[in-house]
Amino acid sequence: MTISSDFNITPASDHTLLIQFGEENSPDAQKAVFRLSHYLMDHSLEGIANFHPGYASILVSVDIDNTSVQSIQKDLQQAWYDSGNIELPESKLIEILVLYGGEYGLDLIHVAEHNGISESKVIELHSCGEYYVSFIGFTPGFPYISGLNPKLETPRLNTPRKRVPAGSVAIGGSQTGIYPLESPGGWNLIGQTPIQIIDINHPENALINMRDSIKFIPIDEEEFERLKQ
Amino acid sequence: MSIHVLKQGLQTTVQDFGRPGYAHLGISTSGAADAFSYQIGNKLVGNDPHDAALEITLSGGEYEFTSDVCIALTGSEFNASVDDEQVSIWTRKNINKEQLLKIRSSQDGARCYLCVRGGIDVPILLNSRSTHLMTGLGGYEGRALRKGNVLDTYQSGDNNNRVELINVNEILKHLDRKIIRVIKTMEGDWFNEDVWDLFLNENFTVSQSFSRMGIRLEGNHIQSSQGNEILTQGVPLGAIQVPGSGNPIISFVEHQTTGGYPRIANVISADLCRVGQLKPGDTFQFDLVTLEAAEQLYNEQMKFIHNLSAS
Repeated sequence: MTISSDFNITPASDHTLLIQFGEENSPDAQKAVFRLSHYLMDHSLEGIANFHPGYASILVSVDIDNTSVQSIQKDLQQAWYDSGNIELPESKLIEILVLYGGEYGLDLIHVAEHNGISESKVIELHSCGEYYVSFIGFTPGFPYISGLNPKLETPRLNTPRKRVPAGSVAIGGSQTGIYPLESPGGWNLIGQTPIQIIDINHPENALINMRDSIKFIPIDEEEFERLKQ
Repeated sequence: MSIHVLKQGLQTTVQDFGRPGYAHLGISTSGAADAFSYQIGNKLVGNDPHDAALEITLSGGEYEFTSDVCIALTGSEFNASVDDEQVSIWTRKNINKEQLLKIRSSQDGARCYLCVRGGIDVPILLNSRSTHLMTGLGGYEGRALRKGNVLDTYQSGDNNNRVELINVNEILKHLDRKIIRVIKTMEGDWFNEDVWDLFLNENFTVSQSFSRMGIRLEGNHIQSSQGNEILTQGVPLGAIQVPGSGNPIISFVEHQTTGGYPRIANVISADLCRVGQLKPGDTFQFDLVTLEAAEQLYNEQMKFIHNLSAS
């Protein structure tokens, strides 16, 4: 896999390094994030406490009790070089069943009004899109899903909700996402999936992972209740 | 040996040195908010520095033990006593079976650590015993302790590893929460010189919005000159994020793993223990240091803990 992406590494604090693959979330930068993340998952490099993939970037936190940031900087440069030959496994297609609107998607009306379209048009456009997961971040298992139709873009809420129900499907700016667990949240809620995304005690077995393709499929209340059980 | 919670505190959780390795799945490290005091407490009772202990926040509660036990309280002063005899902080104390340990309210910073010889026995989840309160992961049923809960401790071996403490003043230097040192990072240049002057020379107050996830500050409004949003990116522990409201938020041990606010600065690792002692109403100032100074200060702090040796 050849990638013409930048690779820029700088300290982000006294215990972290930020790798940036360019300023924008370009397709090449996205591939670079997938490539190095995959490498870091497969080879747990000694001295790396954590890595946080983001848009066009990966933040790496260093176990500074046992190693230096400088030595990890060299290791990461080597890892980037070595990751050039890796084959990424096939990505999975995950179908997410969604009950749109009503009490399950309190902001569906707002998303419709903001974009000057009907609620049913929002549902139609959201559920016919082709999406992929850019990365998992924010809270456990939360997928940042790219590929939202620009006609559905809606800014985040001015005041985040203190509690968003688990399974909520939401739009934040040009992204869509799913809240796997009940948590605070500032995205516009448009629906809810009855399917469990993550068991917090086994996060490595989460339903949705980085790079997965996502399809949203509308369901009715009856099916939602049946699947919820 | 078991510990019975007879009266609960405001927020008492089982913590250890944290749960690294899962940030790419959205799980932040958690662990002791003031890891400096926590590690010293474990060394006082002869534990491994990273054994699990109780992190007590703002108010303590009452505890009874089913056997004779050796404990240590470290961090902030909470006016603790055993059967009405005062228990000094930063020392070791033997408590007899069925004596009552009362831990009152903080007289100082936000937290103290109750370290028990042997360490707290809760299941290891994802390589750690620490509680991640926001997600209900780990610790004692993923939550703060309540009245009636019973915690087991591990059997302890010999007592040869425990350390004597001689210089509390040296310890307290590490916990001076009037000054929090930072380095300029990330979006530091998004803030003009006059904003930086304000940031470094005026007091900030810790608001009521204070948790293991983050600490919201009040006082001066800090405004970026280049917008209030960045491309969503990994958030370091101790990042000082500035949302549009202008009230900075210090990301803390249960922080969200990625975020979209610009960051003016980052607390240095040696002062994260001070952040763990900040409580609502505290006022303090930020002090800017270099990256090299930050690394040296953390190395000195680690050496200080390491050099507390067996007597």
